Amino acid sequence: MSDLPAEVWRALGTVLDPELDEPITDLDFVESCTVSPSGEVSVGLRLPTFFCAPNFSFLMVADAYDAVAAVPGVTRALVTLADHHASDEINGGVAAHSGFVGSFEGEAVAELDELRHTFLSKAALAGQDRLARPFVEEGLGPDDLADLTLAEVPDSMELRRLRDRRCAIGLPYTDDAPLLIHGDGTRVEAAQVPLHLRRARLQRVGIETTASTGKSLLKVRYSEEAKARA
Amino acid sequence: MYEKDGEKYFVVDSHSHFWDASKENWVEGKEQFAKGWIDCFYGYHQLGPPETHWDWDHYLKPSPEDFERDMFVEGHVDYAIFQSTYLKEWYKDGFNTVDQNAALLERWGDKLIVNGRFDPREGDAGLRQLEADVEKYKHKGVKLYTAEWNGASRGYKLTDPECYEFLAAAQELGIKNIHVHKGPTIWPLDKDAFDVADVDHAATDFQGLNFIVEHVGLPRIEDFCFMAVQEPNVYAGLSVVVGGLMHARPKFFAKVMGELLFWVGEDKMLFGGDYNIWVPKWQVEGLVDWQMPDDDQFSDYPRLTTASKKKILGLNAAKLYDIPVPQELQLPTSADETMAPGEELVEDRAGAQA
Repeated sequence: MSDLPAEVWRALGTVLDPELDEPITDLDFVESCTVSPSGEVSVGLRLPTFFCAPNFSFLMVADAYDAVAAVPGVTRALVTLADHHASDEINGGVAAHSGFVGSFEGEAVAELDELRHTFLSKAALAGQDRLARPFVEEGLGPDDLADLTLAEVPDSMELRRLRDRRCAIGLPYTDDAPLLIHGDGTRVEAAQVPLHLRRARLQRVGIETTASTGKSLLKVRYSEEAKARA
Repeated sequence: MYEKDGEKYFVVDSHSHFWDASKENWVEGKEQFAKGWIDCFYGYHQLGPPETHWDWDHYLKPSPEDFERDMFVEGHVDYAIFQSTYLKEWYKDGFNTVDQNAALLERWGDKLIVNGRFDPREGDAGLRQLEADVEKYKHKGVKLYTAEWNGASRGYKLTDPECYEFLAAAQELGIKNIHVHKGPTIWPLDKDAFDVADVDHAATDFQGLNFIVEHVGLPRIEDFCFMAVQEPNVYAGLSVVVGGLMHARPKFFAKVMGELLFWVGEDKMLFGGDYNIWVPKWQVEGLVDWQMPDDDQFSDYPRLTTASKKKILGLNAAKLYDIPVPQELQLPTSADETMAPGEELVEDRAGAQA
């Protein structure tokens, strides 16, 4: 017999905060997850602030719903976001499958595919820094760095993430693809390597700083002291 | 002024508030937003050192006495620049209006600069209000929230034709500093409220204005840096960077400072304490004591010298706002001057090591 709660948790682990590029399970955004004997799943999500951007928030709730509902054995899925200024619209919209525009009728005119694309591009740039850094530290110069292909990068979770991100947005991700590429998928020339790596590192610093601040804010928001005040 | 180890620092806090988030000021029926807003600020507040934390009730509304003590008596601040934030949808008399700020002018007029605001969606009435405000308060700067709601509108861009009219009018009236809030925000919805592309265009089209991007575009510091490196009149407002990271996340503080020093440069970075999210004392003292860590991962970031700290803490902002600085505290800075943008960075010819 399968362990349904574990399967559901694994499914939630595939859901990313689009901006932070980290699973919501690692970010402590999953406040509760219950599975009934008949396969009904109820997931409660929470975020670092009451005013976290509703578009990002919507993506996470909708993705969590899709991931959980797709687990074999799940008969019904309910995902709700707590303590957010747009909780009602987001929860209602996700439950009704009405999309972001339908959930915020009159307030939103575009679906969120472009937003997701933007963040995947950013994640794919930051990943280049993470994977190239060890080679730089080994002393590889711009010529060698420009020639590196994904096949030459040791297998790791980070490499698999980079391939996934690139695949999702139509960038080269197979073994023969260069490690260092521009946003349009073209190869980074040797002369461009130093600045490209500067950009990739800045991108990584941006994402990781935001993730780290979010973790701090979540911790104080749900501290004992804050609960006593609420 | 702050003095440490024989060095004297002239301190300009370029981003501060004097707010009223007290329960009496919450709009009926909108209490959850009014509370949600100040709770969000209180979350950031708690990223400062524990001994500087206020209790929540006190945090809702500082008194003029708090302000005087925190800024001028204990906070080492020589000049403070107030930024206005209205939020009248949730706060009856506004969260932090020009008038509230100006009430403090009567007490500390020689140490305070009150910035104004405008909203291009207010049309002719808004233009007339801006003229009246400048006449009354002699504004040299304004703070703009491009993501703020206004009726059916969910935000605007600096590049909207209406906004260009306001920017031109502001310049005509003698305003030269445009502080733009691009960062943690109120209602982005589908609009990308963090997008700095409009600052890029406006900065090119209004070379006579300075654009200070508050909170350095966090959480999109990369978009900000890629843009700022190309625009000589774009500045980094360090509010939230120092308060939110220096104590709570020192490693990331070092990296963000390193990136800003590299892409934007020490002449275009302005200290802001963001009172009363945090008090300035620990931020000023901490920044003066701070050094880039020696660890390898920080090795190719520029270092922060005593001179750089002096410029960031006050001299750059003093130049933008024509604040008189005593002769012995002055240092040359290229702030407020038209420099060639970082061409070597723009054109992929960086001297940086890989």
